[in-house]
Amino acid sequence: MTIKRTIGEKLFDSLNVLLMVLLIIITLYPLWHVLNASLSDSNRLMAHSGLLLLPDGFNLDSYKLVLSNPSILSGYRNTLVIVVLGTALNLLFTILGAYTLSRKSFMLRNPIMLAIVFTMFFNGGIIPTYLLINNTLHLGNNLLALIVPGLVSSYNLIIMRTAFQGISESLLESARIDGAGEMRILWRIVVPLSMPVIAVMILFYGVGHWNSWFSAILYIRDRDLYPLQLVLREILIQNSTDSMTTSAAMGDKEAIGESVKYATVMVATLPILFIYPFLQKYFVKGVMIGAIKE
Amino acid sequence: MTQKLSLVWLNYKRNKVIYWMALPVVLYFLIFKYLPMYGAVIAFKEYTVGKGIWGSEWVGLQHFRDFFQSYYFWRVLKNTLILSFYQLLFGFPAPILLALLLNELRHELFKRTVQTVSYIPHFISLVVICGMVVDFSSRDGLFNSIITFFGGESSALLSDPGNFRTIYTASSIWQELGFSTIIYLAALSGINPELYDASKVDGASRIRRVWHITLPGIIPMIVILLILRIGGLMEIGFEKVILLYNPNVYDTADVISTFVYRKGISESAEFSYTTAVGLFQSLVNFILLIGANRLSKAVSDNKLF
Repeated sequence: MTIKRTIGEKLFDSLNVLLMVLLIIITLYPLWHVLNASLSDSNRLMAHSGLLLLPDGFNLDSYKLVLSNPSILSGYRNTLVIVVLGTALNLLFTILGAYTLSRKSFMLRNPIMLAIVFTMFFNGGIIPTYLLINNTLHLGNNLLALIVPGLVSSYNLIIMRTAFQGISESLLESARIDGAGEMRILWRIVVPLSMPVIAVMILFYGVGHWNSWFSAILYIRDRDLYPLQLVLREILIQNSTDSMTTSAAMGDKEAIGESVKYATVMVATLPILFIYPFLQKYFVKGVMIGAIKE
Repeated sequence: MTQKLSLVWLNYKRNKVIYWMALPVVLYFLIFKYLPMYGAVIAFKEYTVGKGIWGSEWVGLQHFRDFFQSYYFWRVLKNTLILSFYQLLFGFPAPILLALLLNELRHELFKRTVQTVSYIPHFISLVVICGMVVDFSSRDGLFNSIITFFGGESSALLSDPGNFRTIYTASSIWQELGFSTIIYLAALSGINPELYDASKVDGASRIRRVWHITLPGIIPMIVILLILRIGGLMEIGFEKVILLYNPNVYDTADVISTFVYRKGISESAEFSYTTAVGLFQSLVNFILLIGANRLSKAVSDNKLF
């Protein structure tokens, strides 16, 4: 059965489509602008004002400067270490926690869970945490300070525990009768059966490490140890492009600095945008599992 | 008590491996979550690094009094609440509205394209987003080109305290709008399609269907997320404030967390005082969360805990 659309409905549908097209433009244009600016000739970019629909004088010099900058390179390296090592440890801890907290035979399961959920709503604050990590544990100026304090996210732990609880108890029981120990059951049965949720966790933790910068401000002092985001902050927010424009004449410095900034944005964002289409469905899935955690 | 302990002991002897497997996570939470809660007692002490937490002298509520009487108290409290309120007022309904509009799109491929595009900004790091905002806001930046095109005057947008809240709120919505709709779209897809068919037979208009079927279908989700938002009202995304603000706009941009960070770590090291300020913030948050939960339980039967 079809019901004819009234004029009002047709009008609404057209307006709706128009609004969505506008949304797409507003979302994408800033990125398009940055891409074009990064590919433009720096002097012409300086003189240009208004929207950039195409690069103004195609030129890859700023990319050469950015990709040969030692801070960017060491930043990439440090971030890579943090993402890989950090995510691996995140997974190990979260899996162990989620598994034990999903076992009905574990008597302390509920009180521990309660204590963990409490930390989601109440915490000691940034100063006591800073004093603990910097002064008591002496992790200052150490990449471990960016990994260890965030080993487990309570939110992710709850998501994974829910997934583990969904695995049939009789399956685990039969493994136990066959003589498998807890460790064996976890790594040979529970983990392989939970690969989708584990993929989501890798993504959440990994992107978290890639994007994080504030803990690095708190704890890292040596420039060699700066993660990428901290280097980006210097270049983009504090406007210090000097390290890349030293060879340029005074007048050109400002112009080159401007296009270097855009190239920096691209260099820092392209990897994410490239893998984004492959990650998207996992992210959507993660948000969904998070939503139905009761 | 002793009976309970012996039960746990019995349970331990039967499930030793489980207990040892749980140990790393329990230790993590004790050290990194509960130890700082204990460390927060320095808010009531005159903490010096040399004497340590235990050895420092008690000063009672001195630091709280100092904060409440200081010039900064009203400024940071006001800024925190206004900025949060803006986020709530404009940022909270936006994804609901988008979800409803997306739901009305007839063309499936177009709908998916809009969604995919709208997620993208969520994946760009905060530092890069703020870098773009700072650049676009500069005197000869993109925003000013647009303003002058419409006959306005160009100015250094981020140096004017009057602009900070708008720029902060608008850029947050730009970044998170698409991604926040996922959860509502998930709730929408859970609505029984028979309800729509039945209402069509009854001759209900599209507006009526949205009002009587679609909206009620996502109300529980809206309420839960609203409670969480109210519980976090004092916890404005201060990392973003730090990236965007400068001393010129402290009047409207300085919030409790940024104040704590500056006075406690980056500019000076007033550990006890700033811990007291942070504790005040957590406490207000906690009260708001419980209050919002109670209220929601009373009026709508939806609750978080």
